[in-house]
Parts: sequence; C-alpha cells; structure tokens
Amino acid sequence: MTQNEIFISDKTLKYRKIKSNLVLTFCVIASILTVLPLLYIFFYTTASGFSHLSLDFLIQMPKPVGEEGGGMANAIVGTLILIGLASVIGIPVGILSGIYVAEYSGGIFSNIVKFVTDVLSGTPSIIIGIFAYTVIVLTTGSFSALSGGFALGIIMIPTVTRITEEMLKLVPQSIREASLALGISRWRTTLNIVLKTALPGITTGILLAIARIAGETAPLLFTSFGNQFFSLALNEPIASLPIQIYNYAKSPYTDWHQQAWAGAMVLVMLVFVINLIVRFFTKNKFSSEL
Amino acid sequence: MFINSYPSRSQFGLSFIFSQDWDPVKDKFGALAFIYGTIVSSIIALIISLPISLGVAIFLSEMAGKFLKTTVGFLVEILAAIPSIIFGFWGLFVLVPFMRNSVQPFLEKTLGFIPLFSGANIGTGMLTAGIILAIMITPIISAISRDVIKAIPKSQREAAYALGATRWEAIRMALLNAKSGILGATVLGFGRAVGETMAVTMVIGNRAQISAGLFDPAYSMASVIANEFAEASKTIHVSSLIEVGLLLFVVTFIINSLARILIYSATKKYDAK
Repeated sequence: MTQNEIFISDKTLKYRKIKSNLVLTFCVIASILTVLPLLYIFFYTTASGFSHLSLDFLIQMPKPVGEEGGGMANAIVGTLILIGLASVIGIPVGILSGIYVAEYSGGIFSNIVKFVTDVLSGTPSIIIGIFAYTVIVLTTGSFSALSGGFALGIIMIPTVTRITEEMLKLVPQSIREASLALGISRWRTTLNIVLKTALPGITTGILLAIARIAGETAPLLFTSFGNQFFSLALNEPIASLPIQIYNYAKSPYTDWHQQAWAGAMVLVMLVFVINLIVRFFTKNKFSSEL
Repeated sequence: MFINSYPSRSQFGLSFIFSQDWDPVKDKFGALAFIYGTIVSSIIALIISLPISLGVAIFLSEMAGKFLKTTVGFLVEILAAIPSIIFGFWGLFVLVPFMRNSVQPFLEKTLGFIPLFSGANIGTGMLTAGIILAIMITPIISAISRDVIKAIPKSQREAAYALGATRWEAIRMALLNAKSGILGATVLGFGRAVGETMAVTMVIGNRAQISAGLFDPAYSMASVIANEFAEASKTIHVSSLIEVGLLLFVVTFIINSLARILIYSATKKYDAK
C-alpha cells in the first residue's frame, strides 16, 4: 500500500466514524423528542388540573356557567358504571375465547377467532360506536348507558382474549398432564389448575383493558351520549368523564375549561396508576425480557 | 352497517366517494373531502413519526443501558396508553396557539413559496392534526420496531463488527434484515392514525374542503362521524355517515391485515432459531 492509499482509507474511516456518531446522536435526540411531549402533556395536565381539583369536584354536580364551584360527580359515577357494564360483557367473553384459542386450538374455528380478534383490535373505536348504535340505540330507540357499556365491552374483548391466550400458553404443559394423570377431567383442569396459575397475568391484562376504555370518547358520543344530571338508570343517557371533558373543552367558558383540566387530570392519573400497578406486578417478567 | 348505509348507497352510488359536496341541509353527501383529510393528515403524521420512531427503536434495542431502557420503555408505553381525548385537549390549548404564533408564521416566511406551507393561519388545520397524530403513533411504531430489531440474532451484528464495521454500519445491517417488520409496524401506525378520532376532531378545524395549504382547516372521516352522528336526524344523513364509517372500516381492515402479515412473517423468520 502506498502512503497515499493509507491516507485515503484513514480518511474514509474517519468519515464512517463521524457518520456513525451522527446517526447515533440522532437516535438519542429522537428518544428525547418522544419522551418530551409525554412529560409535557403529563405535567401540563397535572399542573392545570391540580389547581382546580378539590373535594367539591369529586362529589358535586356540574353547575351552570358563571356559578362558582361545581364538580363532575355524575361523570365520575357514570364512567365507573360504564366500566362495570363493559367488564360484564368484555371480561367473560374475552377470557372464554382466550381459553378456547389457547387450550383447544388447532381447528379452523380457533384460527377464525384469532383472526377476528386481530381485526377487532385494529378497528377504530368510532366504528364500534356505530355498531353499538345500530344494534342497541336504533332498536331501543334511545341513547343509553347500556349501549355505551356494550361498545366499550366490545373494545375490551380483543385485549382480554389476547392476554388470556398468552398467559395460558406460559403455563407449563407438565402441570396439565399432572392434573389429567390424577384423573381430573379436562374442563376442571382448565378451570381450576391452568386458569388459576395464569390468573395474575390475566388480571393485569384486564387492568390494561380497563385503562384503555376508561378514556374512550368516540364510541360514547352517540351511545351513552352524556348527561348533565345524575343518573343511575341503564336505559337512559349517562354522563362520563371523557365526554364531559370533550364538551367542556369545546365550550368558550374559562371556568368550564378549568373543570375539564381537572377531569383530564383524573383520567390521566387513573391510566398512570393502573399502568404503574401493572408494571410493579410484572416487573420481573418485563425486566428479564428487556 | 352495510344494511343501514343502504339509503345513501342507493342514492349516491360511486359518486359518494368522488364528490366533495357535503351539505346536510341540501341532502347532498360526498365523502371525498373526508377521505382526503384522513389520508393527508395520516401521511403527515407518518413522515414526522417514522424517522423519530426508528431512532427510538434503535436507541432502545442497541444503545441504552438497562436503566434507560426500562425507564424510556415505560414512558413510551404510558404515552401509548393516554386517552386520545387528553391529546386533543392538550393539542387544542397548547399546540394550536403554538402553531398559530410561532410555527406557522415561521414556515410561511421561510418556505412560503411552496404552496404546501400556506393557508389560513388559525392554528387548527391539517398540519396540526398531523403533528398530534405523529405524537400518538410514535410509541406504537417504535415499540414494535424495537421488538423486531431485537429478534435479529446478535451474531449478525458481531459478524459485522468483526469485518470492521462501525456501530451504525452494524446496526444498518440489522435494520436491513428487519425491514419488513419495520414496514409492518409503520403500516400499523398508519392504521391507527387513520382511525384516530377525538384528537383529530379537536385540532383539524372541521371544514369539509380540499385545499393544498397544510395550514387550512380540513376534516377527517372519523371526525365527521363524531361531530354529526348524534345530531343527524334525516335518514339519508345518518346512512351517509354510516357509509363513511363503512369506508373507514374497510380501509383500516386492509391496512391492519397488511401490517399483521408483515410483522408475523418478520418475527417468525427468526423465532425458529
């Protein structure tokens, strides 16, 4: 190699190293760019919400514009009712189809179930809202808490199914065989042995699904509709936090905006706490995975 | 939905997709402006989000130490879990004024000669919607890309290092192998952006028009449903909205199937080993 050639390869190496460092720097900047909006949204919501959050907000009814105070008690109760309704629909169906796919797989039907679950999880929530509207609101003739819960329940199903399937697959085959060898029937094995082993994992999956539907707004717009008054009836429109936030945020009144911020903070906190709990309980699993 | 959209399908036929008149008062319905708004805002989101997501995925899978990995990974997951209404609310009160006062005047001054960067400077509009969507889909794309990149065997990178590659060149080899999976993640993020409702509704400006300027208010398929469905009283209006929903469903169905196939084939290739 002549002196000149060494010089050139030296230069390209330098160039390659610079390029490598540039790209890696970009990756770091990108990560910061991604985390920054999150922190900003989180702290902005907390800061704006916290100053307007009070006991009144949690236990009082909304007041007309211009009046001091007031809260979102009806919306908070409404959201809880909707979550309850959705759980009644979503959890059993989700767990059962998860068991079916994991334990009795192989047939064409279980593949169909798997495919439908995938499609369902990618369907925009507003489409599911329209579905609930045509199925329940059109047939009963009015917006109702029931239709809202129905829509949210359908949104829950794919998440619960998926997590049940994954968790059941983690249960060692030997446990099933041991149970069957003791003469326990198949369904009892599935229910009492396999499902019980996988229960903690499934619970976290359900928590995540609840965190997701708690903030769903789009499907509720024309199913549970929203209500300025306190209502526990399932066949009438019911208030919910996301809808209340949406309506207040669009309004031109400052004190409604502040109420909306407080509501937003309650929602964010709910999601954050659930995620934190899930993270805490699955910590070992995740950190070994990472 | 297919049944309930019948009145609109029979009255407008194919012109529903190609007409941009949307006038509930005159009973004229055409969805082109919404389709345009949905696609353009999603594409903007993808253009912004893709390089950033890739950077995050590389950072998480190749560079970060254990502590950073868990922390950033956790934050990214939380970002994915925040309700879209919060994004919309934040967008409306923080991002929109910021766009109106700083970003849009700046872009107009420096790049104003390109017709893209023009239009009514009111803060809400196509570009703002695209940015909100970008913030929302970045966690999804980066989380899946990270998993795909991690599925590539370590030995490959070691081989690249052994041949004298720099760090980036070694990572690039891994990326080349992961490209179908990354493409799948991108398509999945695109599908999410297309179906996103609340955040877009709050910042896109809600005007059914097709305009070259990215600052102009627009409308998307999901947000027209969100805004008008509860108030639509005439059968033809309701069924038109349901038909928009049907279109949206078909589009997201195709996009998601495509993404699933890509991701599935990408991770399966290396799972066997």
